[in-house]
Amino acid sequence: MAPASSSTHSAITLNINGEKYPLSVDHRTTLLDALRERLDLTGTKKGCDQGQCGACTVLIDGRRAVSCLHLAVAAEGREITTIEGMAEGDRLHPVQQAFLDLDGYQCGYCTPGQICSAVAVIEEHAAGWPSAVTDDVRPEAGPPPLTAEEIRERMSGNLCRCGAYVSIVQAVARAAEAHEETTKEASA
Amino acid sequence: MREFDYRRAPDVTGAVALLAADPDARFLGGGTNLVDLMKAGVERPALLVDVRELPLDRIEPADDGGLRIGATVTNSDLAAHPEVRRRYPALTQAVLAGASGQLRNMATVGGNLLQRTRCGYFTDVAGPCNKRVPGSGCPAVGGEHHNHAVLGASDHCVAVHPSDMGVALTAFDAVVSYETVDGPGELPLADFYLPVGDTPHRETALPPGALITGVTLPPAPVAAHSRYRKVRERASYAFAIGSVAAALDVRDGVVREARLALGAVASRPWRARAAEAVLTGAPASGDTFAAAADAELAAARPLPDNGYKVTLMRNLVVAVLTELAEEAAR
Repeated sequence: MAPASSSTHSAITLNINGEKYPLSVDHRTTLLDALRERLDLTGTKKGCDQGQCGACTVLIDGRRAVSCLHLAVAAEGREITTIEGMAEGDRLHPVQQAFLDLDGYQCGYCTPGQICSAVAVIEEHAAGWPSAVTDDVRPEAGPPPLTAEEIRERMSGNLCRCGAYVSIVQAVARAAEAHEETTKEASA
Repeated sequence: MREFDYRRAPDVTGAVALLAADPDARFLGGGTNLVDLMKAGVERPALLVDVRELPLDRIEPADDGGLRIGATVTNSDLAAHPEVRRRYPALTQAVLAGASGQLRNMATVGGNLLQRTRCGYFTDVAGPCNKRVPGSGCPAVGGEHHNHAVLGASDHCVAVHPSDMGVALTAFDAVVSYETVDGPGELPLADFYLPVGDTPHRETALPPGALITGVTLPPAPVAAHSRYRKVRERASYAFAIGSVAAALDVRDGVVREARLALGAVASRPWRARAAEAVLTGAPASGDTFAAAADAELAAARPLPDNGYKVTLMRNLVVAVLTELAEEAAR
C-alpha cells in the first residue's frame, strides 16, 4: 500500500456524480485509470489512451473532457460526471434514451463517451458556441441550426469503429430537439 | 512514465519560484500534449506545477483597445468569446479547426503556443531525433516527411509546428507576456519561435523557467475581415497539412491592408510578409493574389515527398484572399 502522501503520491478526494471518493493516487494515475481501476466506475472506456478516440469522455465541471489525458490528482476539487451519473434513478437521460431508441451504437464500447460528449454538445450549442463548419462565427449571426453537418463536426472527437455514425447523428439530433422543446416550455 | 511530484501553483510568483528551483520541473496546463508526451517517454519531468487554477483565465479589453487573453483561457472559451468572434473571426475559426470539443475544453492558450511537433520521429523514443536528442540525427529528411516543412527548415529538423491558433495570432501581431523569477517580460509572437538552424531542440525565446501569463492582440480593424482555412487528411479532428489565416481591407478595388500567415509549413506559424508587401496597394485581383503567394513561396525548399504543399499553399492563399475580396465587394 502506497503512503497516503509523498513526493510521488497524494491523498485526494474526487467528487464524482455527486459523491465523494477519497483515495491515494500515484501522481501518474490518469482520471480514466482512477475511475476504472480504483473506483470500479467502469462505464468510462479506455480506447486509445492518447486523446484521439473520445471513448473516455467525461464531464469535468460540466464540460466534456478526455479522462485519459487528465491526471487524477489534477481533478481534485472538480465536479466529475461519468456515464454512471447521467440517469436519474431508473429514468435515462434523454440522450441515453435517444441512443437506445435510434440504435446509436453497435458494439457499444464507444457509447458512454459518445453520450457524455453529446450531452455537452447540446449544451455548447444552446450556449451559442459556433463550430468549425459554422459559416459566420460573428455573434451577430446567431447560433447556427444544429444540422447533421454541425453534429458531425461537433462529435468528431468521438470515434466509432463499428461505424454507427448515421444513427449516432440521428440520436444527437433527436435529443437536441427534445432539449430545445424543454427549454422553450421552461421559458414560456 | 517516470514518477513525479505534483504541486498546485499558489500564485504566479509561486509558480515561477517552484519551476526555478527544479530544472526537471514543467508547468501543467490542460495537459493535452504534456501528459501524452509523458506517456510516450518524450517528457520526463520530476515535478509538475499545475497552473490551471491561476487567475489568468480572463479575456479583457487592453488599454490600447486590443484584447488581452489570459494564458489559462481554454481554447473553447477563446473561440466562443463574442469580442474574438466579432473582431478577430479568423482566430475563432482557427481554434475551432483544431483538435476536438473535449480537447479544446482542456487545452489552454499558453499551452497551445508551447505544444510540440507531432512529427512521428519526435515522439518515437526508440529512434533518433535532433529535437528530442540533440545531435542524434533527423530521420524525417530521408524518411516519412510528407507533412513536413517547406519553409524555414534545416537539414537538422524539418518538423512543423502543429498549432492552428498560433497561425491566426501571428497574423494579428500577438504579443506574449510572461513572468520569471526576475520579473515580467514580453515577446512579440514574430520573435517568439527561434529559427531552426542546428538547434531544433531550442524552440522559443522564452527565458528558462518563464511562465506565459497571457497573449495580447493589438487593435486591428482589418482583422474583422479575416478568415482561417485549414486543409487536412480527413474532414475534422486532424492536424493541418496546410492552413492560411488572412485578413484583407479592400477599398475601391485596391488592397489597403493585408495580413497573411501560413500554418503547417514551417517550425513556427509563418508570417507571410513577402506576400503582404505584394498585396498592399495592389488591385484586389486573382493575379495579385497569385503573385503574392508566389512571392512568399519562392523561398520554399520542398523535400522529395512534400512538394505538393507548395502548390497546395499557393491555391489556398489565392482561394482565401479571393473569398475575402468577394466579401468586401458585397
